[in-house]
Amino acid sequence: MTEQSSPAPSKAHAPSPLDIPARTAAAKPAPSRPPTAPGSAAAPGATAPATTGPATTGPGVAAQPETTGPGTTGPGSTGQPTATPAAAPRAHHAPVRVTGAQALVLALERVGVDVVFGIPGGAVLPAYDPLLDSQQIRHILVRHEQGAGHAATGYAQATGRTGVCMATSGPGATNLVTPLADAYMDSVPVVAITGQVSTNLIGTDGFQEADISGITYPITKHNFLVTKPEDIARTIGEAFHLASTGRPGPVLVDIAKDAMQATTEFTWPVPFDLPGYHPVTRPHSRQVREAARMISEAKRPVLYVGGGVIKADAARELKTLAELTNAPVVTTLMARGAFPDSHPLHLGMPGMHGTVAAVGALQRADLIVALGARFDDRVTGKLDSFAPDALIVHADIDPAEISKNRRADVPIVGDCKEVIAELVVAVTNDHEHGLKGDHAEWWATLDQWRTKYPLGYDEPDDGTLAPQYVIERIGRLAGPEAVYLAGVGQHQMWAAQFIDYENPRTWINSGGAGTMGFAVPAAMGAKVGLPETTVWAIDGDGCFQMTNQELATCAIENIPVKIAIINNGNLGMVRQWQTLFYNKRYSNTNLGDKKTELEGTRIPDFVKLAEAYGCIGLRCERKEDVDSIIEQAMAINDQPVVIDFIVHKDAMVWPMVAAGTSNDDIQFARDLAPEWEATD
Amino acid sequence: MSEQHTLSVLVENKPGVLVRIAGLFSRRGFNIESLAVGPTEHEEISRMTIVVNCEEHPLEQVTKQLNKLINVIKIVELEPSQAVQRELMLIKVRADADSRSKVLETVELFRAHVVDVALDAVTIEATGSHDKLEALVRVLEPFGLKELVKSGTIAVGRGGRSITDRSLRPLERSA
Repeated sequence: MTEQSSPAPSKAHAPSPLDIPARTAAAKPAPSRPPTAPGSAAAPGATAPATTGPATTGPGVAAQPETTGPGTTGPGSTGQPTATPAAAPRAHHAPVRVTGAQALVLALERVGVDVVFGIPGGAVLPAYDPLLDSQQIRHILVRHEQGAGHAATGYAQATGRTGVCMATSGPGATNLVTPLADAYMDSVPVVAITGQVSTNLIGTDGFQEADISGITYPITKHNFLVTKPEDIARTIGEAFHLASTGRPGPVLVDIAKDAMQATTEFTWPVPFDLPGYHPVTRPHSRQVREAARMISEAKRPVLYVGGGVIKADAARELKTLAELTNAPVVTTLMARGAFPDSHPLHLGMPGMHGTVAAVGALQRADLIVALGARFDDRVTGKLDSFAPDALIVHADIDPAEISKNRRADVPIVGDCKEVIAELVVAVTNDHEHGLKGDHAEWWATLDQWRTKYPLGYDEPDDGTLAPQYVIERIGRLAGPEAVYLAGVGQHQMWAAQFIDYENPRTWINSGGAGTMGFAVPAAMGAKVGLPETTVWAIDGDGCFQMTNQELATCAIENIPVKIAIINNGNLGMVRQWQTLFYNKRYSNTNLGDKKTELEGTRIPDFVKLAEAYGCIGLRCERKEDVDSIIEQAMAINDQPVVIDFIVHKDAMVWPMVAAGTSNDDIQFARDLAPEWEATD
Repeated sequence: MSEQHTLSVLVENKPGVLVRIAGLFSRRGFNIESLAVGPTEHEEISRMTIVVNCEEHPLEQVTKQLNKLINVIKIVELEPSQAVQRELMLIKVRADADSRSKVLETVELFRAHVVDVALDAVTIEATGSHDKLEALVRVLEPFGLKELVKSGTIAVGRGGRSITDRSLRPLERSA
């Protein structure tokens, strides 16, 4: 299927039951991923003696994650060292008598966890004791459980590994609801571990009791309530397997306190009990060949690339396919970076705030090849007028997405890496037999749209700073090797538009849920996962105030993120809608202090706030200072930096397809729509 | 055009599975006509019979979304022509000395059973297809219905095969 890294060298080792490989600075043990194809060889551990150490060799327990599941780490794409800790030999170990809490920590180590974000509390207290002794797991104490959840998400999106967060029962657990819902919407592999009251108290309205399983049914891929200590290890194994394979998603494991306190036998690995879970990753070859044929026959094809391509680690295959077929590529908000922005075949982002060329291409296409995308309403606009002439090839790992919003003419269930690789083979084969697409006319049209309606913005006429300029300069000066995150709103759209993304996993945001407050904790998680990479969070002043307490965590734990607050003193995106559709009636969108003449949110004073949180705080109000302040921030790498950019409050995000309208009605400026046919 | 489809869903016999499925239907706006759940011939597997009211395309979504649930093992649609469908009904009918014999005559005709007799009422148990039970209710209505209790529909495919064949093939996976 795809490349596996060379197995980690074995290390001669006097086995002891609780032996765990020492954590080294470079070591990032890969979570062991069992094969997901049904009927595949049993993982050696199922029948063979228990192994120790996460990075054991052998077909079932990969040193690098297998690509049959998404969420794999491409070694080059993240710049993350691929060294795995020296594997202990697969010796036979007798089952060990431990407490449930120790079993939990041992299991987490076995699946390869190296960092957990969390806050302890009464019900989860037993778990925190063995955690203190773990050589492999670094626990980062955050300031709000929501921060832990978003940090786990940011870590997972940046590295491709499963993020882990931990909280206590009751309000600790319910504080994870927002990040779990967010991870669910964006299909991020996250495992959340919550303490639960003792089994004898469950259902009695006990202190800090909450039915977190019941609460999170709709927002997790799956969840578990563990009441017996002997189930803990297996459940952790199952949770990580579910989170990281098939369509990734958050999994919650709720463990009763008395289960953690009781003793049990720990063995590893433990066979899973998931009879209802069979993700399909291998595409049907007939479907692939049919899709290839349609690509070559289409006159106006478009490759509609979604987040699934990044999760499948399929950027290289995509580039090959695009260049082979000469088809235009559009990358959704979740897929920015899956295809280089600098590539001539790239039309930009489609959707509500997409480029005219990308939106127009989808609307006028006669064939849309959807790869790891889900025809979200932000992309399609009004469904009954979306891409009226297009045949649809839809490749996704989740069969439920296919034909959910738009009927697929050629459905392909599979992992994007495999699907695209096979499409390349099939298209190459067609080319050799003389069947090749001719898109000269299509490109003539697309190029005219690109030239006539490029992305752009107006300089404010009142001398205030253009937010788009600030974001553009950050992207230019920090470059495509940095990782960028955003909150939600206008600044998020500008960050998606005006920064050039060349690599996957360099753009991380909350797409499906649109969670304000995502940026700061997610940036923290990303930086922990990629300590050698520059991490910039572009946040709004509204968003920033929701989760900024994690700056304290960053300062104390030595996580030097860079935060650019695009401070317009308002809830910008809502204000934009009020400007366009509510007659400028600005109901409850002004975050600024009405007693001052100053622009931007000044309560709190973000510079003073940053300093209070142990970070460097900088302020920028003039265009001529932008570059030097960014460079100043780039030079600081031992402390988090917060820059308060005071910007024009009436800047608008363009283009725009208003919600509920057709993509045909896109406007690139107020009341200005493209002339689609003028170029004919 | 909306129609009824009967789905037989094999699920893991674990706590919370019923809630997950009911929640899924509610969340996605699928219409449940009736739902019955009970054990099967395998201890670890329960069987839910769900009658859904929807058109063809949404039914495809219903089954796909159900399949996404980790606890769901297998889904089979039971076409009316190839399955036996039954419901159970308990119905309390007003029946005094004068009308009791007429009520009992109806019971005979429908091959139902009397399970309780009181001075002014009679409780009847009936099983059968949805249509048969509807007909019985219509015929008994003039006497005065005091209480009506119906179970969900259950169904099984005709012929010798079982939907639980090959559902329990152990998949040896572990961490």
